[in-house]
Amino acid sequence: MINFKNIKKEFPILKTKVNGKDLVYLDNAATTQKPKSVINKITEVYENYNANVHRGIYSLSEKSTEMYENTRENIVKFINAKSIKEIVFTRNCTESINLVANSWAKNLCMPGDEIIVSILEHHSNLVPWQEVSKVKGAKLIYVPLLKSGELDMDFFINSFSDRTKLVCVTGMSNVLGIKTDLKRIIKSAHQNNVKVLVDAAQLAGHSIIDVQDLDADFLAFSSHKMLGPTGVGVLYAKEEILEEMYPYIFGGDMIRSVDKENSVYADLPTRFEAGTPNFADIIAFDEALKFLNDIGLENIEKYERNLFLYAKSKLEKMKNLELYIPENHEICGGIISFNVLGVHAHDVASILDQEGICIRAGMLCAQPLVKDFLKENAVARISFYLYNDEEDVEKLVTGLEKVTRIFE
Amino acid sequence: MDLYQENILDHYKNPRNYGDLKNVSKSVKESNPLCGDEIKMDFLLENGIVKDVKFSGNGCAISQASASMLTDEIKGKKVVEVLKMGKEDVLDLLGIDLSPARLKCALLSLYAVKRGVGGERNS
Repeated sequence: MINFKNIKKEFPILKTKVNGKDLVYLDNAATTQKPKSVINKITEVYENYNANVHRGIYSLSEKSTEMYENTRENIVKFINAKSIKEIVFTRNCTESINLVANSWAKNLCMPGDEIIVSILEHHSNLVPWQEVSKVKGAKLIYVPLLKSGELDMDFFINSFSDRTKLVCVTGMSNVLGIKTDLKRIIKSAHQNNVKVLVDAAQLAGHSIIDVQDLDADFLAFSSHKMLGPTGVGVLYAKEEILEEMYPYIFGGDMIRSVDKENSVYADLPTRFEAGTPNFADIIAFDEALKFLNDIGLENIEKYERNLFLYAKSKLEKMKNLELYIPENHEICGGIISFNVLGVHAHDVASILDQEGICIRAGMLCAQPLVKDFLKENAVARISFYLYNDEEDVEKLVTGLEKVTRIFE
Repeated sequence: MDLYQENILDHYKNPRNYGDLKNVSKSVKESNPLCGDEIKMDFLLENGIVKDVKFSGNGCAISQASASMLTDEIKGKKVVEVLKMGKEDVLDLLGIDLSPARLKCALLSLYAVKRGVGGERNS
């Protein structure tokens, strides 16, 4: 049995005060806080073996290169990829998706082709596909959401045509916390010979991800949303697909040899990693993976689920809240969006801020979902991680009562 | 200082100059799409004076209260004077300091006013 009470102590920031109040951090879908081990690792790199990777013949560079590649090997294990060739480091999940858009989709799509996305998508898994569609004359098809919270699978299955080139879908909605049925989505896509990209920004670090079991073609996520440093993203892609892809960022590190006119590009995965990578943070990201593995993703998922149920029961007791929780909330992780009736979400967030409580408010980078599906101009959102507890929820409820009092 | 002062809440709950004008010289819309703040303002300008102004919209208390206060402030004023107004004038009306994120909400109505009386967004 994991003692989640002790986990909080590993996060120095959670001891700070905000506006004179204890920090209650409920914006984990935006970014997560970092444990001491991750923070210390960044210092360790700069104090002990800071040297550019893949270049030096000297010991220091060999050490940093080894540590850098060690993170890659541990990501292979973390998502059960087949080899390090399938793991490309980027700046963030968005850049990972853009890499697929530029290096794969733009070369493949022809006018009249179709890309299937879901209404749940974050802008990072929408705008790159709008851009591909614009440049290549392709069409975006949106899979709608049922009241239950599930994607409309009948619509999805019927939306394939011989022009469908790609399915882009989130593993977990950053607004509604809905986890999509990735296995089923990928299976139907493959039956139609269509590849699938999974935006795992919200899923990674919250649930077990097994890319081989899912049979995902592409899967993208960010380190900073799973206890790791900012500025580190991962793109997983099947080796045979990466082999076909042509790089879109060129320069040092991604080459094998360069003469005056032409260059030969490096092997996988460095071909897609031009320039000096963010190696210090990538090395520290390994500490985040270790932290998560030590607790176990199954335990984390269960813990967040219980916290979700606790928050749901508390918030449902408040009369003036509109909760955006789907009918089948069994498929939701630790995210709840809501509105206080008659109060704009930004005002809710500002008042909670005065109480030291951090929540997100607005369109949540998912304008089509918030505007077209929820029919709202803004929503407030709480999102949990392993260091949150029932006390945080109680403070939130007290904060929301204050919101109501002010706007009475 | 507390963001939600009595006067701000009062203007939010009981907005002045709310609605549409029948005689309109110019009507402008401003929005912060990602925040969900929207303001529409109707202006009646006569002889270089803001003869009448009304607004409607929805959004946070800061955006709506500042629209209410600002329309009150500019009504009857010379256009040349209104064009001179800036960020500080809006903050003075609200009587609070705002973080950069919330400043956007407060200045939405100023942009609308500047465009409405003929100026550009240059505050």
